[in-house]
Amino acid sequence: MSSYYGHPVVKAPVWKPVIALYFFTGGLAGASSTLGCAARLAGNRRLARAALLASAAGVAASGPLLVADLGRPARFLNMLRVAKPSSPMSVGSWILAAFAPASLVAAACDLTRLAPRLGGAATTAAGALGPAVATYTAVLVADTAIPAWHDAHRELPFLFAGSSLASAAGTALAFTATADAGPARRLAVVCAALEVASFRAMKHRLGEVAGPYKDGRAGRLAKAAEACTALGALVVVTAGRRRPEAVVAGGLLCAGSLLTRFSVFRAGFESAADPAATIVPQRRRVTSSGTVSP
Amino acid sequence: MRMGFFTDTSICIGCKACEVACKEWNDVPDDGLNFLGTSYDNTGGLGADTWRHVAFIEQPVSVPAIGDSGIRWLMSSDVCKHCTHAACLDVCPTGALFRTEFDTVVVQQDVCNGCGYCVPACPFGVIDKRESDGRVWKCTLCYDRLKSDMEPACAKACPTQSIQFGPLDELRERAAGRLGVLRDAGVADARLYGADESDGVGGFGAFFLLLDEPEVYGLPPDPVVTTRDLPRMWKAAAGAALALVGAVAAACARPR
Repeated sequence: MSSYYGHPVVKAPVWKPVIALYFFTGGLAGASSTLGCAARLAGNRRLARAALLASAAGVAASGPLLVADLGRPARFLNMLRVAKPSSPMSVGSWILAAFAPASLVAAACDLTRLAPRLGGAATTAAGALGPAVATYTAVLVADTAIPAWHDAHRELPFLFAGSSLASAAGTALAFTATADAGPARRLAVVCAALEVASFRAMKHRLGEVAGPYKDGRAGRLAKAAEACTALGALVVVTAGRRRPEAVVAGGLLCAGSLLTRFSVFRAGFESAADPAATIVPQRRRVTSSGTVSP
Repeated sequence: MRMGFFTDTSICIGCKACEVACKEWNDVPDDGLNFLGTSYDNTGGLGADTWRHVAFIEQPVSVPAIGDSGIRWLMSSDVCKHCTHAACLDVCPTGALFRTEFDTVVVQQDVCNGCGYCVPACPFGVIDKRESDGRVWKCTLCYDRLKSDMEPACAKACPTQSIQFGPLDELRERAAGRLGVLRDAGVADARLYGADESDGVGGFGAFFLLLDEPEVYGLPPDPVVTTRDLPRMWKAAAGAALALVGAVAAACARPR
């Protein structure tokens, strides 16, 4: 393969690790809202409260993280200057603008027992927007020229959905009495499987572009993520009905979710730095179609 | 009318007058006094503080006629491509990046909030964030000069007309003619890069005549605007969101 002194073709992102942390807090907030809404509908008020509070905590952490990463933080409101369907960040900003107040109001009403009808409406709204909050970030990173992100656009939303749910189920598990945590235990096992399976499917389908997810720092993070998630699910299955073990399992699931986000985040930087990841698949396309240069 | 650049690298002499003129006119900060050890290139590539970048490639060639081997120079002044389908513009959440009346792509510095999304979206690695400033910067195709019926600073300063500015249609015709001349003269490797509207970015507003494969110059051989696949990405996300709802509903079907 030819390249220009081995220089990268595409630029690595300028995002700081707080963005990977936001992928976690935002995912936790989104999935927790949906879980809280469903638990409330099912009549499980204690599980609903834990999930609604987790969502509010995730929202409260997400805002500062997002503003902190801007080059001009004072201009954060420019995010709502236009609505652009072609920009996942614009779409996400508008989703968050609706979701964040709903999540905070839902938690406040549940905690204070004030304004139950407003609380119910906010819980429903946040619950409905939650899946979008949990998955739009996958579209956001996929909609770039970075091969390890762009080419993963089929699996990334499922990976992020699984990761978000794992953190939401884990948090709910840790903060809910054993007798009320049944749905969180069942959810924990299902979404741990979704997280691990979609990450594996992604690595498999990406082929030569999957390098960063397998080797180096991002690869080590991916292995640690899978270990934490799998172990967390195992603890849930074997000892999830015992209180200290449930807390440990919840912590492991959250750690797995966080490590998954950092692995994907880091892999993007490594993929961008590698000129072969950009050039080799493109050169093969050109050669096989024979349309461009000789 | 769509205005653009035709950069004919076959007559570039590597003088870097374009780099200097661009810096002077646009008040672009210095990009470091570095020695990169990459031939005569000490700026490396395009970035927030390098809006024209001259690539230098010393290529070993054999010259059978004299039974010797030597070096051929490839020199090429790279610049923002002002794509027909511009990923930076598509993904910009604030509307800071916009398409001008000349069909060029420009950042409004009074709007940009430095989110950085355009940086990894560009398939050419052109636009970048200036850390000292927090916002993103790139070639404006001298929007201010165009407004005053002047040609961009780099094209004005180019002593060999390697950088030609004009209406894109005219430039494409001229480029096709030049390619024919070179091919007839036996330069078999000459090719146009970015002149084809059917490519992955809908053709460049600033295209090139190259003497080797694009990747030799640090350019992607088959760039595609990432937003082409955006509908597929949202479909996958919708599927994942549904899976999320299904998993939660199934888990909560029994309340305890």
